[in-house]
Amino acid sequence: MPKAIKSITNPKLSINILSDEEVLQIHQATLHTIESVGVRFPSQKALSLWREFGAQVDPGTQIVKVNSDIIESALKNAPPAYVLGARTREQACPLDGNHVFLATDGCGVEVIDINTGKRRPSCLQDVADIARVADGTEEIGFHWVALSAQDKPAETRGLHEIRAVWQNSTKHIQTESIYSEAEAHVAVEMASAVAGSAQALREQPVLSIMQCTASPLGQDGGSIEAALIAAEAGIPIGFMTMTANLTTGPATLAGNLVVGNAEVLTALALIQLAYPGVPIFYAAAQTASDLRTGAYTGGGPEDFLYGAATNRLANFYNVPLSMGAFATGAKEPNWQAGLENSLSAFMACVSMSDMLLGAGFLHGSRIWSYAQMMLDCEIFSIIHKMMAGIEVNDETLALDTIASAGPGGNFLTQAHTLKHMRELFLPKFMDRRPYNTWEEKGDDARTWALDRARQTLENHFPEPLDPKLDAALEEMILGLEGNTEHTQRA
Amino acid sequence: MNQAHFEKMSQSIVNGDPVLATSLAQNALDMGIDPLDAITQGFVVGVDLVGAAFSKGDAYLPELVMAGEAMKAAVAVLEPEMHRRGTERKTLGKIVLATVEGDIHEIGKSLVGTMLSAAGFEVFDLGVNVSTAKIIEKSKEVKADIIGLSALLTTTMVKQKEVINSLINAGLRSAVKVMVGGAPVTREWVEQIQADGYSEDAIGAVDIARQLVGLS
Ligand code: B12
Repeated sequence: MPKAIKSITNPKLSINILSDEEVLQIHQATLHTIESVGVRFPSQKALSLWREFGAQVDPGTQIVKVNSDIIESALKNAPPAYVLGARTREQACPLDGNHVFLATDGCGVEVIDINTGKRRPSCLQDVADIARVADGTEEIGFHWVALSAQDKPAETRGLHEIRAVWQNSTKHIQTESIYSEAEAHVAVEMASAVAGSAQALREQPVLSIMQCTASPLGQDGGSIEAALIAAEAGIPIGFMTMTANLTTGPATLAGNLVVGNAEVLTALALIQLAYPGVPIFYAAAQTASDLRTGAYTGGGPEDFLYGAATNRLANFYNVPLSMGAFATGAKEPNWQAGLENSLSAFMACVSMSDMLLGAGFLHGSRIWSYAQMMLDCEIFSIIHKMMAGIEVNDETLALDTIASAGPGGNFLTQAHTLKHMRELFLPKFMDRRPYNTWEEKGDDARTWALDRARQTLENHFPEPLDPKLDAALEEMILGLEGNTEHTQRA
Repeated sequence: MNQAHFEKMSQSIVNGDPVLATSLAQNALDMGIDPLDAITQGFVVGVDLVGAAFSKGDAYLPELVMAGEAMKAAVAVLEPEMHRRGTERKTLGKIVLATVEGDIHEIGKSLVGTMLSAAGFEVFDLGVNVSTAKIIEKSKEVKADIIGLSALLTTTMVKQKEVINSLINAGLRSAVKVMVGGAPVTREWVEQIQADGYSEDAIGAVDIARQLVGLS
């Protein structure tokens, strides 16, 4: 039985982060930046497309300046809602503005080994294991490829990774590791095979692709070219800005939003101009650089504000948002991790970001921790509960029950209590034991979270890929490996 | 009279003002002040002040970077006259710095460059996505003491190894030290590729560089 997916829907909470007027100001400032400063597109293919669509292209600097009406009319073609398909239909994620789905975080480089507890470089087996544990949770709605398969050749690594996830989960995959045309072609071929056909892939895209922009005000050539290939096949494609105050963006929050917005809008507009109507999404993980070291913080009040503000922008452009949250800089699951991940996730959820990234990382999206993953899932569950708000009606006002218990009475014995008690949140990982018990046992949330991940890994086996299909996927990857010289095998 | 001028120079660095630093450097030349004195008694004093404040936590990264920019601007004005007089500014050593091929992560590399310059190294920053051949060529050209390689991707860190192998093949390995850095770089990796040093941040990079040129 595929796991039912827990998503936030019909929210009762909301937040007022930017007024309509302020959103418009950011929008105008962005268009002005795109028109007068421009964005760098280091790809011949992208530059010639831009020329064709009427932008001003400087071949020397590869900077493209685009009139605001071109950008605005291009974005109007984007579908406001669509689904992220899954191997099993029930697990598809509708991106319709009324759902928030949680994913794992992606592309890390190290893992805290689930058995030894030691930190080590990541490999393909880790990708597979994490996919299976994520499949076994109700909170994780879709996957980001969590870790890099460093034991696979660089040119096909991203493909080995998505195959491993499909082998171990029936849920949707979003990858940020396909950044060359050659790899994108094979990824499309693989996704079509999993979906059943090229047409089925358009209807139920079992894969979506996220590309990074190159802040400030730039794109990565390979990423743009890969995105165009995927868009042609109707695979949902998004661009993530990671502008950071001080280094890749201005020190002010509004200015940082403008820089990132210019990057995302130009990339999305290019996709819509090339393939009008294909599914696209906005993606972002802005932050502030640390004042003392310049480090990417992945947490702190600025991050939390960006989480909610970016969704206002994505709503304004009427496209779904994939929002980076949970990217704590903490080195282990601790106070900082709990604080940063709760607040960043809350702000992204309360504004109804469609996709929420991503559970499981420590040290600024670098080190995977199974314990952190499970704790992040609990954070999501808590927010899920909070977003349902407080229901007020005759039944919930419970007047009869209050009268029946009366002054000094006991609500434990009321029928109304039995009926509604399961609506209360029961945490998996919060320590509510007596002090003495804690002192004797010496364990805590981290121990329990890790145990839970271990149990899932031991007991949860989702429906496997059809062996024939799996063999075909392998063929496709090997085909590309045969075609490229891998001088740069790690 | 010069003392007042030197103080202004120092202040222009503290303020991170390259325009003012440039014009003060030009004034110094017009006034016949020895360019080397202008640097050591004027501008460098400012760099040291900002550096000290930064170490204490009183100054922030942008102040340090802007001080570095102002310093660079002043030196650019003074350098031709120093060449003419045959006086050279003593640097701690020459460092060729780059983010390796296929990798466009710039921030960490540039910070490392700024800190190394501020600490007194002469840094040749080749930018991002730089091929192994270019890195080797530049280090031959300037007779670098150290090559610094930044890589933030697991797919590009192999290029750090490639540079070291190329140095070996070209018979240059003993002539230059190699230090590496970036998100996926670990001590184990450094040992595996036999680099000479690594650091997880820019301050540490300066310590390593100093060690590699034989200073403590
Ligand atoms: C910002 C960022 C970007 C920005 C870079 C903007 C810019 N102009 O530089 C953008 C958005 C462009 C980007 C793009 C991509 N990124 Co990126 N990025 C980051 C991020 C979040 C922070 C990096 C950073 O700037 N840190 C701040 C600086 C100050 O720190 P630093 O770079 O580590 O440098 C310090 C030290 O490492 C050391 N150091 C660095 N270099 C050197 C050199 C020497 C000689 C020494 C001694 C020391 C040293 O000192 C520095 C100063 O303290 C990291 C995650 C992370 N936390 O590191 C991911 C990360 C590195 N990126 C990642 C990925 C996957 C990508 C993309 C492939 C994504 C995509 N699908 O498009 C592309 C790659 C494009 C390319 N071809 O390079 C992954 C890499 C994972 C992997 N498996 O390899 C990371 C780890 C995040 C993640 N988990 O997804 N990225």
